Amino acid sequence: MARLFEYQSKKLLKQGGIPVPAGEVASSPEDVRRIAETIGRPVALKIQVWVTGRAGIGGIQFADTPEEAAAKAGQLLGMKVKNFIVERVLVEEKLDIRAEYFAGVVIDDAAKRPLFIFSPVGGTGIEEIARLHPEKVARKTIDVLKGFPEHEARNMLLQVGVKGRLLPKLADLLTKLYQVARTSDARSAELNPLVLTADDILYAADCHFVVDDYAVYRHPEFGIEIAREFDRPPTELEKIAYNVEEKDYRGTFYFFQMVEQTAGSEKYIGFNGAGGGGSMMSMDAVLNRGFKLANYCDTSGNPPASKVYRAAKIILSQPGIMGYFASGSGVASQEQYHSARGLTKAFQEEKLDIPAVIRLGGNFEEKAIEILQTYLKDIPAIIEGYGRDDSPEFCAGRLEELVTKSGGRRYEVRPFVETPIPEKAYVFETVTGRISFDHSKCSACQSKGCVAACAPKILKIEDGRPVLAITPEEAGKGKCTECLACEIFCKFHEQDAIVIQLPIPGLKEYRDRIIAGQDENQ
Amino acid sequence: MAILVNEKSRVIIQGITGREGMARTRLMKDYGTQVVAGVTPGRGGQDVYSVPVFDSVAQAWEKQGPVDVSVVFVPAALVRGAALEAIDAGVQLLVIVPDRVPIHDVLEIAARAAEKGARFVGPNTLGLVSPGKAVLGMIGGRAERAREWFKPGFVGVSSRSGGMTSAISYYLTRAGLGQSTIVHVGGDAVVGLSHPEVMALFEEDPETEMAVMFGEIGTSQEERVADLIEGGRFTKPLIAYIGGKAAKSGTRFSHAGAIVEGSRGSYETKVKRLHEVGAHIVEAISDIPAKAREIAGSRPK
Repeated sequence: MARLFEYQSKKLLKQGGIPVPAGEVASSPEDVRRIAETIGRPVALKIQVWVTGRAGIGGIQFADTPEEAAAKAGQLLGMKVKNFIVERVLVEEKLDIRAEYFAGVVIDDAAKRPLFIFSPVGGTGIEEIARLHPEKVARKTIDVLKGFPEHEARNMLLQVGVKGRLLPKLADLLTKLYQVARTSDARSAELNPLVLTADDILYAADCHFVVDDYAVYRHPEFGIEIAREFDRPPTELEKIAYNVEEKDYRGTFYFFQMVEQTAGSEKYIGFNGAGGGGSMMSMDAVLNRGFKLANYCDTSGNPPASKVYRAAKIILSQPGIMGYFASGSGVASQEQYHSARGLTKAFQEEKLDIPAVIRLGGNFEEKAIEILQTYLKDIPAIIEGYGRDDSPEFCAGRLEELVTKSGGRRYEVRPFVETPIPEKAYVFETVTGRISFDHSKCSACQSKGCVAACAPKILKIEDGRPVLAITPEEAGKGKCTECLACEIFCKFHEQDAIVIQLPIPGLKEYRDRIIAGQDENQ
Repeated sequence: MAILVNEKSRVIIQGITGREGMARTRLMKDYGTQVVAGVTPGRGGQDVYSVPVFDSVAQAWEKQGPVDVSVVFVPAALVRGAALEAIDAGVQLLVIVPDRVPIHDVLEIAARAAEKGARFVGPNTLGLVSPGKAVLGMIGGRAERAREWFKPGFVGVSSRSGGMTSAISYYLTRAGLGQSTIVHVGGDAVVGLSHPEVMALFEEDPETEMAVMFGEIGTSQEERVADLIEGGRFTKPLIAYIGGKAAKSGTRFSHAGAIVEGSRGSYETKVKRLHEVGAHIVEAISDIPAKAREIAGSRPK
C-alpha cells in the first residue's frame, strides 16, 4: 500500500478545509532558513520518512530563530533512519498545544464499509488505549451511499464525552476528513495527534495517509513511484520491474528484491511464483531446503508470454544466484504454455548456465513442459519441467540436487543485448514491442509454420511470405497477444527469420553497472 | 442443489467482447452454463460464440428474459460502473473477475448490492463451479479440464487463493472425493462473499456434508468462520489450511487498522481460534484429501 509523506497528506487536508500548521517542505538548510523567516515564529523541523516514533530518534527538532533552524536542518538532512536517508524536512510553526486527539478513517473488511474512529486521547500508543480503555474509542461505520453527515459525527463524539463549543467544531472537521479520505482513495487516513491549541484552534499536527494501490492511477498528483508498501526506498531493479507492470495491464507481475548483494555462502535463488497462495506455498518449499530468495516474484492472472519473459530477464539480472525456481498453485486455470514460451525466450537469450526447475501445473501443462524440453536442450543449464502431480516439496528437492550437482556455480549477469532487426525486414508493432520478419529468408521455408503457430490467427501468406492478415493498428492494439509462438517455431524449425523485440527500459544500463561490479570483485 | 449456481442459472457476461471475456465465454458455454447474453456498450448486435451481445444489461434482460447472474470481465477502472448497472437492472448475483479494482469502488458496489438484496463474488476471483452443473468465471480454464479436475460430490470448497481453489479440488477429485460447489472468494481485502458467508450457504445446502477452507493471513474472515461455528451457525465438519506461516507477521497498514483487527489477522490467531472451535487444521495442502476421507468414513450413514 502506497504511503504518502506527511507534507503530501497535509496538502490534501488543507485542500479539504482542515487546518494544518503554517509551513513548507524543504531539502536544503537555505530553504529551511527562508521558510522559517517567512513563518516568523519559533518552528518545528520534522524529517519526512516513513517511520513511526520520529521524536524518539531525534527526528523532530525545534528552533527559535531561522539561523538555528538552518543549522539543525543541516544535521537532519542526510541522516540515516532505518533504511531511509532523510531527503526532506517539513518546517512548521510551533504550536502551543492544549489537548491531543486521535481521528482516523480505515476500511472494515467485515462490514464492507469505511470505519471512523475517534478518541479524545491522542498521541502515541493509540492501540494500547483501544485495548485498555475501549470506552475512550468511538467507532462508527459509514454508509458510503449516504456519506458521513455532521449529526453522525456529533453522536460519535458525544459517546466519548466531547461537549461544549468543541463539539460542532470537531464534528465539522471529522466530516471533512471523511471527504478527504474518499476523494484521495485512502485505505487509511489518520490524524494523530489532532490538536487543540491554546488559542482554541484545531490543527492536524501530524497525519498518516495510505493510498489504495489499485487507485493510484487516479492520482498522478501524488507522484507515487511504486504503488506498494516498502519499508525502504525501492531498488533500481524494482523500479525497472514496476515500469513493466505499469505499462502492461495484462496479468500481474510483482517483483520484490530481497537482497541486492548475494555475497556470502548462502544459497540464493531466483524465485518466480504464480498466484498468491501458490507462490507462498512454493516459497515455503524452497526455504525448507535451505535456499534463500534473492527476490520474490509473482507472475499471475494470465500474463502474456512477453510479460513472463520480462520477469525472467529481470530475475536474471541478479548476480550470484545458484538456481531458478518457478512454481505456482500447480493446478492453474491459465494455459501454461505462455509462461513456458516466455521463459524459453529469456533462457535462450541468456544462455542460462544455472539449473532451473519449472513447475507449470495446470491447463496444457503437457504442452508447456514439452516446450521447455524441446527448445532448451542446447543451452548449458539443466532445465526440468513439472506439472500438477509433482508437489512443490518434490520440485524444491530436485532444485537442491541440481544445484549440488552443478557444484554451486553462481550466476554471472550478462550484458543486455537486443537482437537487431534487419534493415529491409517486414515489421509491425505489438502492445509492448515489435515483431520483424526477414522475408529474404522466407523463400527457403517449406512449412510456413509461423502462420499455424499463431494462436490469434493474425498472419497469412502473401506471395509466399508471412504478413499480417489484419491491420497493423489492430495488431498494435492487442490482436497480437505477444505469445512468442511464431518466433520460437521459426527459430527451431525453420529459417530463424523472426525477431521479437521486447524492450525493458533501464535494464541495459542496470546490467552494465552490475557487470562492472562483478568484474571488480574478481 | 449446490450453492450460488446450478445448471438452471441464467447467466450474462459483461465485457464479453474483450480478451478474457471471449475466452471464458467459451469455457462456460462448453461446460454447460446457460449463457443467455453478453453486454458490451457499443457492440450490441454482434455475437460471441453464438451468444447475442447487447448494449446494456437492461436490454439483455428485456430481449433474453430474466438474468440470475452476471459475470464481469471489464477492465478494473470500469468495474464499478458495470456492477452498479447489473445491480440496478435487478441481477441478484455478480461474479467480478478483474483484479486491481479500487477498494472505494468495491465499498460502493457492496452498499448498492446490500440495498438491492444482491450478492457478489470477488473482485479478483477466478470464479466458482458447481461440478457437473455450471461454471462462472475462468476457473478450470477449459471445459474439458474443468470436467476432469472437478467432480460432483459432497465437499464444499472455499478459498482465498485462485490457484489453490483448483489445486485443492483437484487433489480431492484424485482421492475420489467430489465437490458440491467450489468458490474462489477473491484475493482482495474487501470481497463480496467472504469465507463466513460462503460457509453459511454451505450450512443450508443439503448436498454439502463437509467444507474445506483455504485461508490466508490478513483480514478477519477465518476468525469470523470460527465465530460462526462457536455460535452454532456452521455445524458441518470443516478442514482448514492457513497460508502465510512463513510470511512476515505484523504487516499492518496503520495504527487504526490494528485497532479494527485487534488480535485478529495473524497466522497464530487464526489457527488458534479455528482449533478452539473444533475445526480440523492441516499443515500441508496434501493432507486435505486424507483428512476428508477420514471424516467421511466416520460420518453417520
